[in-house]
Amino acid sequence: MNALNQVLWVIFPYLCIAVFIFGHIYRYRVDKFSWTAKSSEFIEKKQLMIGSLLFHLGIIPVIFGHIGGLAVPKSWMQAVGVNDHLYHIGAIYIGGFFGFVTLVGMFLLTFRRFSKKSVRQLSSFSDLAVNTLLLFIVIMGMYATVVTNAVQPDFDYRTTISVWFRGLFFLNPNPALMTAVPLSFQIHVLTGFAIFAFWPFTRLVHVWSVPLNYVGRSYILYRRHKPTN
Amino acid sequence: MKIKAQVAMVMNLDKCIGCHTCSVTCKTTWTNRKGAEYMWFNNVETKPGIGYPKRWEDQELYKGGWQLRKGKLELKSGNKLSKVALGKIFYNPDMPEMKDYYEPWTYNYEHLTNAGESEHSPVARAHSAITGEKMDLDWGPNWEDDLAGAHITGPLDPNIQKIEEEIKFNFEKSFMIYLPRLCEHCLNPSCVASCPSGAIYKREEDGIVLVDQEACRGWRYCMTGCPYKKVYFNWQTNKAEKCTFCFPRIESGLPTVCSETCTGRIRYLGVLLYDADRVLEVASTPDEKDLYKAQCDLFIDPFDPEMIAQAKKDGISEDWIEAAQNSPVYKLAIEHQLAFPLHPEYRTLPMVWYVPPLSPIMNYFEGKDSIKNPDMIFPAIEEMRTPIQYLANMLTAGDTETVKKSLQRMAMMRSYMRALSSGKEFDNSRLERVGMTPHQTEQMYRLLAIAKYEDRFVIPSTHREGRVNPYRAQGMEGYDSGGMGGWGTESGGACDGCGPASPSPTGTATKSGKEIYEENFYGGIWRD
Repeated sequence: MNALNQVLWVIFPYLCIAVFIFGHIYRYRVDKFSWTAKSSEFIEKKQLMIGSLLFHLGIIPVIFGHIGGLAVPKSWMQAVGVNDHLYHIGAIYIGGFFGFVTLVGMFLLTFRRFSKKSVRQLSSFSDLAVNTLLLFIVIMGMYATVVTNAVQPDFDYRTTISVWFRGLFFLNPNPALMTAVPLSFQIHVLTGFAIFAFWPFTRLVHVWSVPLNYVGRSYILYRRHKPTN
Repeated sequence: MKIKAQVAMVMNLDKCIGCHTCSVTCKTTWTNRKGAEYMWFNNVETKPGIGYPKRWEDQELYKGGWQLRKGKLELKSGNKLSKVALGKIFYNPDMPEMKDYYEPWTYNYEHLTNAGESEHSPVARAHSAITGEKMDLDWGPNWEDDLAGAHITGPLDPNIQKIEEEIKFNFEKSFMIYLPRLCEHCLNPSCVASCPSGAIYKREEDGIVLVDQEACRGWRYCMTGCPYKKVYFNWQTNKAEKCTFCFPRIESGLPTVCSETCTGRIRYLGVLLYDADRVLEVASTPDEKDLYKAQCDLFIDPFDPEMIAQAKKDGISEDWIEAAQNSPVYKLAIEHQLAFPLHPEYRTLPMVWYVPPLSPIMNYFEGKDSIKNPDMIFPAIEEMRTPIQYLANMLTAGDTETVKKSLQRMAMMRSYMRALSSGKEFDNSRLERVGMTPHQTEQMYRLLAIAKYEDRFVIPSTHREGRVNPYRAQGMEGYDSGGMGGWGTESGGACDGCGPASPSPTGTATKSGKEIYEENFYGGIWRD
């Protein structure tokens, strides 16, 4: 069991992180031509509108929620007056709400991608796989938040998963913390790491292209060939 | 003051015969690829009609171009913040869909030779290039060619709808003009302004607007931003593509493919010098009817010694200044004031100009009455078969006076030249009435009617010597030819959407460009 724990909660996450980082560097250097949002709005617009808006507007607060729950130690939260009760209201109700929004969006997007023939035809294997995997991750996340949290109220991921997660970044992960974690959380965490490994090789790279510098830029851009001397 | 050079185009609609040679040669050069089948960098529309994509001139629908908001120039589709912050990046509400252009298709020609024995002859049916499914065609490129279906689509033409009096689409009253369209390579391009990735840019040396294929991230705001709907989305590479003004040809001093192959010799290419510092000010002209005039004032006189000195200071070489002096575009648009920019009210300061068509009224003043009364020419222009208001709605934001003057000058030129060649007397004061001299009229005639190749195309070659390492500039100028295995595409090998290809009946083809080439290039004849 110990070896398996070592593989699942130490080797696998580090492998995913390494692939994530070096994969991005490789793709950016080698193949910028395929780096795109890969929108299918041009082919189908109506279903995309609801699905895409719900998913994206849901996933952004969800990501911030994950940062709040995983990266910020429990003691720090308490120091600023966020006690367990307050935190759980935030995590379960607000987190649950945005999780639900994300889930509905993801479900609609996946349904559209598989059922709409024109969209399906233009999808690569990676598009279909990413869609399915994301849907699965969101379902597991919702299940863990809504069902597992209600069935096992004693379980506190902030003293187990979060501590282990932060340990990864201090090069000191403790796999023992993850053994007693409910299965739903375990699956959510593992598939979550898996998608980080796939990330650089899929359409997900468009996340890093969010055009924030557009806001401050001048409207008209000129380019010129500069003299060499 | 900062003087920049622009290679611009004029099209003499008076001579366009609507043969589509420009469109076809452009297509075979640039968009004969998978993902680009539906793209026509150059297309010829029959007006009145809704065009390609459907109703592209309806900016309340597509939100293209610029508008003035509290005196300030702003993109019609919303400011920069609204694109990034308000969820428009996840779903662009103003973007045209494929069905607004048309769904590309091919025919299953194999069926003609492979079909088994049967009672009826086999038929090649249309198949969607996207899904591979059979299609019943109800819209396509040039569906409205030569007024086909104009009684249905004509009244939906936004230029018609802006005319207050009712336009009848019956046979006796019908009129039509051809409108060849391509990217306008605007001085104030709203596609460039719309691109969040900064992938679209205007070249400083010749003003050509290009998409950097490596920097494009497929956000598709350029499609919305361009009011002429001349930036397209390649559904195979998921990137934006547009007319390149055949930059490799222009750089070597050759005309664009559409211009070179124009059978009617209607196209002119030349250099205009303009003051780049005043672009924003001119585009912000309060009254849209003044935009045409303001745009003309933006161009500097290439014969003015002071301006020549300034141009040299701003890095414009001697041969480019000379080309600007000989520019047919400068002559037609600025000197003779015959040509107009298409829809100046979009405030993009477009650089493809149009000489309005005159032909449909010629009988009025070239008939027997006109000989008795040479001044008949003026009322006749009013009674043109093509309503002047219609032309004005396209070319001068509705200002009929300016269009009328251009038409009068052209009509007067015809009268004068007819008198000259038939040895008749001509009262030169008639020329003065429209602000022309005999010399100028003969110049105009030479340019418009004789239209010699060297007069139509005055293109200085680009100065590449001593410029940046061309290796590093790879991919920055539109297309990357092959060799790129895509992560996102399943094709592997040569990049899909590059190299020759044709839509395959099975939908997503996984064949390389070479395979498709070998399959299609059959005995030296393209099989489609």
